[in-house]
Amino acid sequence: MKHTFFGGVHPSGGKELSLAADIRPVEPRRVAIPLLQHIGAACRCVVSVGDSVSLGDVIGVPTGLGAAIHASVSGTVRTIEERPHVGGTLVESVVIENDFCGHTRLLPPLADRSGETVMQRIAEAGIVGMGGAAFPTAVKVQGAVGKADTLIANGCECEPYLTADDVLLTTAPRQVLRGLELLRRAIGPKRAVLAVEDNKKTAIEGLRPCMADFPDIELCILPTRYPQGSEKQLIRAVTGREAAAGELPVSVGCAVFNVSTCAAICAAVEEGRPLTQRIVTVSGEAVARPGNYRVPLGTSFRDLLEAAGGLQVTAHRVVSGGPMMGLSQTDLSVAVVKATNAVTCLTQQQSGTGDRCIRCGRCVAACPMYLQPLYLYRFDDRPRELRRLHLTDCIECGCCSYICPARLPLTERFRAAKRRMKEAGA
Amino acid sequence: MKLTHGSSPHIRTTQTAAHLMGPVLLALLPALAVGVWQLGFTALWVTLCCTAAAVAAQWLCSGGRSGADGSAAVTGLLLAMTLPPTLPLWLAAAGGAFAVVAGKQLWGGLGRNVFNPALTARAAMLLCFPRAMTDYHTADAVTSATPLHQMALHDLPHEGVLELFLGLCHGSVGEISTLALLLGGVYLVWRRVISWRIPVSYLATVAVLTLVLFRSDDPLRWMLSQLCSGGLVLGAVYMATDYTTSPVTPRGRLLYGVGCGALTVLFRYTGIFPEGVTYAILLMNGLTWAIDRATPPRRFGVKKGASG
Repeated sequence: MKHTFFGGVHPSGGKELSLAADIRPVEPRRVAIPLLQHIGAACRCVVSVGDSVSLGDVIGVPTGLGAAIHASVSGTVRTIEERPHVGGTLVESVVIENDFCGHTRLLPPLADRSGETVMQRIAEAGIVGMGGAAFPTAVKVQGAVGKADTLIANGCECEPYLTADDVLLTTAPRQVLRGLELLRRAIGPKRAVLAVEDNKKTAIEGLRPCMADFPDIELCILPTRYPQGSEKQLIRAVTGREAAAGELPVSVGCAVFNVSTCAAICAAVEEGRPLTQRIVTVSGEAVARPGNYRVPLGTSFRDLLEAAGGLQVTAHRVVSGGPMMGLSQTDLSVAVVKATNAVTCLTQQQSGTGDRCIRCGRCVAACPMYLQPLYLYRFDDRPRELRRLHLTDCIECGCCSYICPARLPLTERFRAAKRRMKEAGA
Repeated sequence: MKLTHGSSPHIRTTQTAAHLMGPVLLALLPALAVGVWQLGFTALWVTLCCTAAAVAAQWLCSGGRSGADGSAAVTGLLLAMTLPPTLPLWLAAAGGAFAVVAGKQLWGGLGRNVFNPALTARAAMLLCFPRAMTDYHTADAVTSATPLHQMALHDLPHEGVLELFLGLCHGSVGEISTLALLLGGVYLVWRRVISWRIPVSYLATVAVLTLVLFRSDDPLRWMLSQLCSGGLVLGAVYMATDYTTSPVTPRGRLLYGVGCGALTVLFRYTGIFPEGVTYAILLMNGLTWAIDRATPPRRFGVKKGASG
């Protein structure tokens, strides 16, 4: 049976900018590794200034919900201080001077690949959801065992400009599939799906011949539409089920993992490699050499952009993540973290917000959560109306703002209204 | 180089409101061409006067700043399409200006009016100048009844269904060719400027009601003649789909179309004018907000019928 999700938009790609190139390594002189790179509490630092560390050494251990953090280069700990974080707050970070010796300390490869040991390894390797949410993966796996009948690897990458997952699927399809197979054995679902949008032609061509070696995994090609990669919409597209607002995927029997997360699990189990680096798309019209880069975690945006040829004079906005949901950054000393899938560099757009609603209804047709953005916007100062219109169902995907011909700041207003309602309720 | 902060999304579609008006003007041209060809150049002069007056009024109202978003041109052209081809030009111009000023600007401008501006003006003109607005004499001064006038007397029109469909008959400037109007409508739906829901539910309702409540010995021809005459298709495709004055929810649009259709038939059968489209749409305009409120989309993750 074929399913899909409602609404959505087709923001024109920008993907071709970064797609052609191979993955280029970045070797920064120093990294500043934030001790909070996941949903949950910050890690406790276990190194001190002056320590020498190898790549892969644990530098932070979780204190509650969280995931371990490892040194991403070998060298000497210079300082431990609070530094600006992509999330806009200050986070304690470990600054390591790179000695470029490349001393690496890996965990032993896992021989016993039972669910329990794999789960433990995922935790040891500090793996979190790499699609952007950064939820600790081990906790998610644990919650899915016995409850999820459908396991989905998310290779949609529906944000414009982003190609990190695409390039990963093209260059290392088997690593992703082996990681997914490990998850499948740990969770034990009836169905395991690798979901990819149909605009990733090369990746799909490369995946097809591999599928024969993974008889329990099905390749699901979905018609390209934003926000297909959003968890709720992807579950809808693959299974036809809907997880209501505030409900986890497991409430409808699903568990969703990003393909980068799958690849990281494979590396952790087979090579004993903790999560210390990731592929980051650096793209947009405002950067000299768009492409995909293999980046040690903790590398500053400034160093990464320098490796990509630097920003153009036309640069207007630097975004951590994609242009639809990413966070704008003005301080380029912030570091690449586990969930940083892209740094998007945009030039000035035609003048932004303005005008008034003409009631064209495009926002209603585009909202993948069946909301009526024009009325949410109109009543944005009336909490009772906002509750009636289910403001809190909004996933802030940005479709309404993107499509609005009057260029109303819809998503922005909803974000603010949600914050106000939360404060009033608390 | 100065980096800025901003709320996501950081990119926007390049389609602005002005981009939506162009296709509407384009879609109306074939029907207008048939009108001019069939009814003579007086139809063109009426159209030009009415549209130009609307654009000029918009320009004056905005202190010379706008008028470029195309909405005034659409309003003026839509009104012109409903006018008799021999209407005095001063009246056409006054109507166009009235549509923009009283139909839109006095409400607060684009997006604020409750009633369709073109139809507001048409309704006012019908009340103030009933004779001029229903005088369909031809250029050579021969008065001839429009198909709708004939049907108001419970007679089938002289013209065959095919003639009505193609526009080989008498009537308002841009209303006569159903074929041309439908082609424009298909184009607008294809370009996603309008949704199919309102025109389809509107026309289907009229079709069903006139077929059931036929008033001649040939129900099918009666129904088709009703569909192809007067301002029905122009109203269903171009007037009832006006963004500002029609519902936005999918179910609301269907309901609104059904309401327009039912009222059109009611007014055509019982009203003092042969045409019912104008007042049917205006009345439903007034219910737009209530319809939207009554037809919220189903909530994500909540099954139909469940509360939430």
